Amino acid sequence: MIRLMAILLTLVGAAAQGETLRLAATTSFNNSGLSDVLLPAIAQDLGLEVQLLVVGTGQAIRLGQAGDVDAILVHSKAVEEAFVAAGYGAHRREIMYNDFIIIGPSADPAGVASAQTAIDAFQRIAVDQSMFISRGDDSGTHKKELSLWTAAQQNLAKFTTWYKAVGAGMGASLNSASAMDGYIMADRASWLNFGNKGTLKLLFAGDPMLFNQYAYLPVSPDRHVHVNAEAAWALENWLVSPRAKQIINGYKIGGEALFVFNARP
Amino acid sequence: MRQYMSVCLQDVVVERRGKTVLGPMTLELSDAGFTMVLGPNGAGKTTLLKVLHGVERVSSGSVSWSVPSQTAREGQAYVFQSPIMLRRSVRANLAYPLQLLGLDKADISERVTKWAARIGLSAALDFPAPRLSGGEQQKLALARALIRRPNTLFLDEPCANLDGRSVREIEEILREAVQAGTQIIMTTHDLGQARRLADRVVFVNKGQIEEQAPATAFFNAASSLGASAFLNGDIVE
Amino acid sequence: MSEIWAGIAEAFRLIWSLDEDLIDITIRSLKVSLTALFIACTLALPFGTWLAIRRFRYRRFAIAALNALMGLPPVVVGLIVYLLLSRSGPFGVMGLLFTPTAMIMAQVIIITPLIASITHQAMRELWSEYHDLLISFNTTKQQRISALIWDGRRTLMTAALAGFGRAIGEVGAIMIVGGNIDQVTRVLTTAIALETGKGDFALALGLGFILIALSLVVNLTIHTLSRTEREGRW
Repeated sequence: MIRLMAILLTLVGAAAQGETLRLAATTSFNNSGLSDVLLPAIAQDLGLEVQLLVVGTGQAIRLGQAGDVDAILVHSKAVEEAFVAAGYGAHRREIMYNDFIIIGPSADPAGVASAQTAIDAFQRIAVDQSMFISRGDDSGTHKKELSLWTAAQQNLAKFTTWYKAVGAGMGASLNSASAMDGYIMADRASWLNFGNKGTLKLLFAGDPMLFNQYAYLPVSPDRHVHVNAEAAWALENWLVSPRAKQIINGYKIGGEALFVFNARP
Repeated sequence: MRQYMSVCLQDVVVERRGKTVLGPMTLELSDAGFTMVLGPNGAGKTTLLKVLHGVERVSSGSVSWSVPSQTAREGQAYVFQSPIMLRRSVRANLAYPLQLLGLDKADISERVTKWAARIGLSAALDFPAPRLSGGEQQKLALARALIRRPNTLFLDEPCANLDGRSVREIEEILREAVQAGTQIIMTTHDLGQARRLADRVVFVNKGQIEEQAPATAFFNAASSLGASAFLNGDIVE
Repeated sequence: MSEIWAGIAEAFRLIWSLDEDLIDITIRSLKVSLTALFIACTLALPFGTWLAIRRFRYRRFAIAALNALMGLPPVVVGLIVYLLLSRSGPFGVMGLLFTPTAMIMAQVIIITPLIASITHQAMRELWSEYHDLLISFNTTKQQRISALIWDGRRTLMTAALAGFGRAIGEVGAIMIVGGNIDQVTRVLTTAIALETGKGDFALALGLGFILIALSLVVNLTIHTLSRTEREGRW
């Protein structure tokens, strides 16, 4: 009851102001198209204009550290915890997750489609030395990919020309994979929303190792006095509310749900 | 309105790239009328004119006028051998020096119309000046110089490369200017022109003044060797 | 090839339907680049002219430096401006980051050297032509600069157009300092980058063709206004 009152108060408070909030979110969040649905709902419910900066995880963290944004929404747990530990972030709040999938040429030379686990799939690619496109930009997706190589007991230093680090966002990397007909690990949402698939196909998915947790981190007002902490708090409450749950779980592309709401109120 | 300004060079030396191009020279020009500066090519006539006008720096010596420097500068005008046209209309070219002086529009307009008629370019007032013929451009340059009613007018071989008719028209305007009280100092290669116009002659050779005399005296009985050779049409080295 | 046709078709569709987003980002593109152009010209035109007529000791060095600044990679300029305007930076308190103002600032820095350099070259040529005459007229420095700028205005206009072209097509710097925020700092070039990144090539191309058309329209308008073609000479 008290929680509900608190939420209502914040809603009213924020609605009365019609203010803005700067949120740095990752390219995968935007490419999925979910932000196009969430932002108008936020504006309607909270009277809050969310100014969305779509950047890579590394840059989002950097913007949060500098205090140039009021909150960040990223998907790289280790980096997030470091962010909070160093005092830049007030705290970390899990919101939703989606999953990563492995995409590749329909010919599938490495036989990824018949892999049993994600690690198995990665090992097959390494053994076959088929062309693989990596984000290479220190993003959440990139870090996940690296962790999988490590889990598959592969040494990146030994990778030769078949491994291409493009240093770009999800969409741009998918473009490269499509052009080069190579394997790539992408988040499902970006893939479904991607318009240039070429001969690429979804080859592997479903392993829990590939789950991708998004978290919301408001920038600490102790560190940066000027941040819009009130609005950040209002947004956070909204993101973990039943309303957000409904929107997030209900968001589909081509009949497929992309995100799973797992926030704890 | 018209006062005579006299100019005086005192031990003037002009050096360029280590070579003495002019001087040491001492000269005073104070009389009205036409002063012709004659001499062979490379004698330093143009340099002398530029020094007098103040657009050439002297290495040593002094150039002084009989009036305060501001008055002296405003009272001079210069016509170059190759006319320099502003990339504007004839009207704008004529008006420019008057605009610099800050005259009011009516005054400027009146003078521009008058001078355009004087040089026969009334019909071409809105024509772009750079597209005039050589003769027309030089007449325009002359009008532009005289429109300010200068006390002293310098001309550096103004009629080189011009046809006979333009030469005649220009000489006529110059004579009128002298009658109105302008002091004219000019160089020329045309001995005929020199004889027609000169009141006095300054003969320059190898950067020095070899002779200075009233016109009749100079043309009939030039005393220096260089001058005699020059008048004879011989090559002067 | 089919994608290029799709792009042209998309461009027409957007214009025909007077797509709201398109109008919004087009107006913003023009506002940002034209403002930057105006500011850059007020800085660069007099400076380039002044540099052409003033003689001072380190003149050659200054000219070389100016020409070198033309080669400043725009994205580096963007990064530096970001660091200056960031909350953690010296001018953070002004709160200019991620606003169109920051974008204008970055573009001014990028195009001013270009305009100044072209101006300088044109003015130097004109000055050597007018030199003797203007000195003979006893003009002040101010009067000389005015005469040169007025008579050389057509070349200066070319310089300005070069600057505008650089500004309207710029994407690296304004992406960093503007943040490509929808409804706030998104312009044609950053929108194209975004749509390309999403793989929506048709839309990206459509926006691209509109950008080209926009540039042409601005060029033609300026030329018509200055009656350059009518007079038949440059």
